Amino acid sequence: MFLPFPTYEYVLNNQPASSVHTRNQFHTFQQILNVVFPFTAVLGFFLFCGIVLLLRGESPYAFYLTILKSGFSSFDEFASVLFYATPLIFTGLAVALAFKAGLFNIGCEGQLYVAAFTAAWFGIHINLPSIVLIPLCIVAAMLSGAIWGAIPGLLKVRFGAHEVINTIMMNFIALAFTNFLVVSVYREPGQMTPQTEAIHETARFQRLGEVIPFINESNLLDASFLLAILCVILTYVFLKYSRWGYELRLVGNASEVAAYGGIKPGRVIVWTMALSGAIAGLSGVSDVMGYRHRFLDSFSSGWGFTGIVVALLGRNHPFGVFAASLLFGLLNKVALDIELLLGIPRGLFLVGQGLLIVIMVCMEGFVIKRKR
Amino acid sequence: MILSLIPITIRKATPLGYAALGGTCSERAGVANIALEGMMLIGAYGYTVSAHASQSAWLGLGVGMACGFGLALLLAVATITFQSEQIVTGVAINILALGTIEYLITTSERVVGLPELKLPFIGQYSILTCTMPMLMIMCHIMLYKTAWGLRLRAAGNSTEALKTLSLSRERWQYFGVCMSGIFAGIGGCFLVSDVHLFTKGIIGGRGFVALAAVIFGNWRPINCVLACLLFGFADSLDLIQQWNMPDQLIKSLPYILTMIVLAGLVGKARPPAALGTSEN
Repeated sequence: MFLPFPTYEYVLNNQPASSVHTRNQFHTFQQILNVVFPFTAVLGFFLFCGIVLLLRGESPYAFYLTILKSGFSSFDEFASVLFYATPLIFTGLAVALAFKAGLFNIGCEGQLYVAAFTAAWFGIHINLPSIVLIPLCIVAAMLSGAIWGAIPGLLKVRFGAHEVINTIMMNFIALAFTNFLVVSVYREPGQMTPQTEAIHETARFQRLGEVIPFINESNLLDASFLLAILCVILTYVFLKYSRWGYELRLVGNASEVAAYGGIKPGRVIVWTMALSGAIAGLSGVSDVMGYRHRFLDSFSSGWGFTGIVVALLGRNHPFGVFAASLLFGLLNKVALDIELLLGIPRGLFLVGQGLLIVIMVCMEGFVIKRKR
Repeated sequence: MILSLIPITIRKATPLGYAALGGTCSERAGVANIALEGMMLIGAYGYTVSAHASQSAWLGLGVGMACGFGLALLLAVATITFQSEQIVTGVAINILALGTIEYLITTSERVVGLPELKLPFIGQYSILTCTMPMLMIMCHIMLYKTAWGLRLRAAGNSTEALKTLSLSRERWQYFGVCMSGIFAGIGGCFLVSDVHLFTKGIIGGRGFVALAAVIFGNWRPINCVLACLLFGFADSLDLIQQWNMPDQLIKSLPYILTMIVLAGLVGKARPPAALGTSEN
């Protein structure tokens, strides 16, 4: 019998006994790396901060203590950390999802602006009871984010244009477009700051501080955090247990195998980018409907880019992303305290973040690629 | 009307041109360089600090180039020696550069600019603008008429070609990336020298526009600089008030054009074949 490709039985019967073993070994090796890499990188990050502080002639001890205090001294402080982590969870998930399909979505920044503006537009112009309006705003925002994300995906599939360049370009277009809308068309009357009017009360997320007894009422944490948790769980289930998640991972790992198995990689790429854009859009939603209650021009402080760091540190696993965004939420919150209390510019954290990624990708490239 | 825009177009195109030439060198060697923005920023900062301290613009230029070179070296070590993911590394280096600036920046004071030359017919320009065409032609000759350029392009086009000649692909990639850092650094220096003031957002996405110009110019030095002129022109259009076009939309024209070109609707983008691969 001569088949053009080995059948499943053939492979099973003719496999050397050791190959199964090595495959498992490789798997465990990777799993260990998945833990080792992030922790080494984070350790490197804190060491780096400590060394810089020593060079400045300040005590790193006070710095570490401030971080711990500012993050964990009370429920209230911890809730603030969660507040800062919320937008990063969304962008991190968005980047991680795209990574899983072998795509690189640098366009979260643009997607979240477009989505935030859409949410604000619906929140301002439509007045319905909360139970209808909030889902409406969320769905509309996700849709617009999905469209913004799907365009680079479509261009990649249809014309072979690399998604990285296109998502970067779409970032700038989104920024310019929303800037135009908010400055020239929808600016709040009598305001100098480029921002829209406030959205209706019914379109706002509930502040968790008003519901949960441990947290101060003035705490900024809002219901979008619950949405973020939901998103983490849904993404996990989606990737691990659903047919589409399987297709997505297969396209990411072995596009040709996927095509051979009857999956259309092009279609998967487009909807993955759309889904990624939709999730990134939620990050803008959390700002508009949860915190600011209006669209402010260029409000995001690089969440889309921090999302890349978060996804990388979380090893593209939803739960990893969640943990990594908690870390970065903490850092974002602490950066303010540190600047005020210790007089250390927050740029230190940015430098650390940059180094952290460089260390991560270098370790990854060195260990995994050189092994082959 | 349009004629009066020529000096502004040239002035706006100069930093883009330097960065785009840098991007061409790096991408031709097969290393995708997202970090042009960061290299320009760090170059601009190096220029500011040293020119302010020494009151010498030339020293500033040297330091700016060195700063760009240093950042490029980091990119090169990470992507070539350690074979890290090029785009992620580029993003990281941009974050790193921005963080460094935020950490170091104190107050912004007036800095000296580079000397300006008066050219017949088209006006007075910084000396860097005048050297721009020369650099462009040098790049073109280097890439297409010399053995160095052939090897550099081979590094980006096929991982095997250099191997068969038993030449090191790594070395040529290092060369290309380091050149890109120096050029991008000059671009940053020009920006500061032009307005005599350093701010955190002085680059304002020009590194990415330059990257777009590299694609728009199909990874060829002369075409890239022409693309920069086009983008500079788009950037200067907002000075025409009576068109009543929102300037944000005009500003995003380069990005839209790049997407169209990348999609192959006008001309066909032909990236170096081995761009982004990390085999040696």
